[in-house]
Amino acid sequence: MQWESWSAFWDMGGRGFYVWGSYGVSFALIALELYFLHRTRKAVIRRLLRWRAARFEDTGEDA
Amino acid sequence: MNATQERRQRWRQGVEERQRSPRSLWRFAAPQQFYPLAGRLAPWFAAAAAVLAVAGLYLGFFVAPTDAQQGEVYRVIFLHVPAAWMSMFLYLVMAFWGIVGWVLNTRLSFMMAHALAPTGAIWCFIALWTGALWGRPTWGTYWVWDARLTSQLLLMFLYLGYLALTRAIEDPRRADRAGALLAIVGSINVPIIYFSVKWWNTLHQGASVSLTRAPSMATIMLVTMLIMAFAAWFYSIAVALWRVRTLILERERHTDWVAAELDRLAAKEKE
Repeated sequence: MQWESWSAFWDMGGRGFYVWGSYGVSFALIALELYFLHRTRKAVIRRLLRWRAARFEDTGEDA
Repeated sequence: MNATQERRQRWRQGVEERQRSPRSLWRFAAPQQFYPLAGRLAPWFAAAAAVLAVAGLYLGFFVAPTDAQQGEVYRVIFLHVPAAWMSMFLYLVMAFWGIVGWVLNTRLSFMMAHALAPTGAIWCFIALWTGALWGRPTWGTYWVWDARLTSQLLLMFLYLGYLALTRAIEDPRRADRAGALLAIVGSINVPIIYFSVKWWNTLHQGASVSLTRAPSMATIMLVTMLIMAFAAWFYSIAVALWRVRTLILERERHTDWVAAELDRLAAKEKE
């Protein structure tokens, strides 16, 4: 183990801002990507279902 | 129809025939076949990425020793180098799918390029961001206009350009081809980034890993970096597979199999 205490761990030898700024922003971006991936998929499925329903009404035949 | 067009049409028919053949791997070039395959594979890649990332972070923060020269701040390397590698690699993969799309005229190739671009852009941003935060305490500055940093910034603009270009063109076939062209031409920048530290005098340090000379870093640091690189790679594969599934649904919405899939998804949502 590298660290004498948790506060030493968070301090990162006085470079905590740079280390946690790097990891924090990067993992936040990755979490955002996963969130938007999920949201886009849901939105596309809903849009395609609406699109199909509209087409069905227009033509009166099975889309 | 002239001879060239005839040849092209025969080739296209050949591709389609091979895609229909149940025993040929070519069948996965058909969106209908690839969609379920991507759905089955993606969770495995995501799980592998998560396990590797946890292992890599544990090794990186609790096992790898303090660096003799840089102290603790060097631990940014476990994120910075894998992100930079992935940003370059994914751009080359995009260019590869662009070439395949242009030559074979396979729709799925272009969709793969589209699916990779946002993830590549995110890795590129992470490489720049972590590099800036690492540079400040070690070089005394967040940014310098040296060859490595400038060419990496150019890669960021190439990613953003690709995303803007393919979204600005409404006809998907034209958007595909324009985007692929940008990816192919832009990929010239990747070897420039990679070799920039050799070709020019840069503030940026040389390559961390080289096949031709002994590693310049402790084994545990190297192993941790490679584990994180594999985590980033598997994550990118999982995300690209998930993204391409949504793209396939949109592009193939006129087909019967997407209609059936939509029925299934609608039923699942009602549950």
